[in-house]
Amino acid sequence: MISTTIARKVAMALSGLFLILFLGQHFTINITSVFSEKTFNFLSHFMGNNPVVQFVLQPILIFGVLFHFLMGFVLEYKNNRSRTTKYASFKGSANSSWLSRNMILSGIVVLSFLGLHFYDFWVPEMNYKYIEFLPKDPNRYYGELVHKFHSPVRVTIYSLSFVFLALHLYHGFASSFQSVGLNNKYTRGIKWFTVAFALLIPAGFIFIAIFHHLNG
Amino acid sequence: MNLTLKIWRQANVDAKGEMVTYSVAGVSPDMSFLEMMDMHNEQLIENGEDPVAFDHDCREGICGMCSMFINGEAHGPDRLVTTCQLHMRKFKDGDTITIEPFRANAFPVIKDLTVDRSAFDRIQQAGGFVSVNTSGNTQDANAIPIDKHDADKAFDAASCIGCGACVASCKNASAMLFVSAKVSQYALLPQGKVEATDRVLNMVNQMDEEGFGNCTNTGACEVECPKGISLENIARMNREYLAATLKG
Repeated sequence: MISTTIARKVAMALSGLFLILFLGQHFTINITSVFSEKTFNFLSHFMGNNPVVQFVLQPILIFGVLFHFLMGFVLEYKNNRSRTTKYASFKGSANSSWLSRNMILSGIVVLSFLGLHFYDFWVPEMNYKYIEFLPKDPNRYYGELVHKFHSPVRVTIYSLSFVFLALHLYHGFASSFQSVGLNNKYTRGIKWFTVAFALLIPAGFIFIAIFHHLNG
Repeated sequence: MNLTLKIWRQANVDAKGEMVTYSVAGVSPDMSFLEMMDMHNEQLIENGEDPVAFDHDCREGICGMCSMFINGEAHGPDRLVTTCQLHMRKFKDGDTITIEPFRANAFPVIKDLTVDRSAFDRIQQAGGFVSVNTSGNTQDANAIPIDKHDADKAFDAASCIGCGACVASCKNASAMLFVSAKVSQYALLPQGKVEATDRVLNMVNQMDEEGFGNCTNTGACEVECPKGISLENIARMNREYLAATLKG
């Protein structure tokens, strides 16, 4: 099934929607760090030690991330091969948004950011729990988060990356519904929700980074 | 009007083409784009040069034969028109106009601005029809009640003239708008539902075999379509395809 254009399109959309769901959950936990150190530590400790989260959901998430990016590159490669002689003049801006035509660019920036993000948080976490087997400390998460945002360079990189994530979401979210065949009376509402989600969630992540940089 | 034309010239399917620049004088703003091309060709013939090959037939926006990519857009800068309905008043004196064939590997250039769009015919042959008993006992189509809303949508989808502007405009050279229009016009009607499963599977498979790209929902096809075929048809085809795949 994955060998046809529509199957690839649907797979891309479903993996994207799954990642959007995860993004919402990630934001919900992170925003608590602005209001309550205790709540953030509690939620982070739960997510970091719950066996279902760690050994079922986390591998699914990693697979989802890898699948979405790999499929994105496969689609880009195949699409480039479907028109090997390019136009001398191609006015894409007359009929489509820059965002929709350059999802691969915003995707590559987000992928690069994820590399940094994994290096910053996921790798130390894996090292702490499964390599060095350090004792459980339910109160360490807030301090680790704030420490990461001491660096203005890191805060800048995070903020810029979230701008690109916003651009990626702006086209990708509503587009996913079209891909799975949902274009109906709810489409206008979905587009509005997409705009709100694509602006508010990345802006919220940027706010969290700047807040901890200024208050840490 | 005096114009500079940059036109793709290619002797045949195997030849290496190039953009060639021409000057054209005395173009009337009331001419259609194809009339301007006719006038230019007459000048070329008078000069003993090979005229520019381009597709055209009805010149009424019905047949879908004209297929030029003008100044970076399929059928030029106007909306909801084919090249034959584009008029020179859309341009200004002194303009440079770039004219290219519809580009997609599935639409190989035959000569100059003419491309082979028989890939669309093969997709249509793969399932774009309703098998009808023509023995003389065929039921009158009007005997089957059809919801007006569905009938209108089927009619809108059926207005696709298969010109290929959707493929030409799509950055991925995807044919999803054309195929979805053909799938939708039958899927919405009771006569078409009987063969719906095989139809969508066969047409999508043929579309893929022809080498068209993947749809990434840029929406360029809908904007450039001379008949205003809606993206809603692509969503419908995706639903039909998923349902057909699950049915096996």
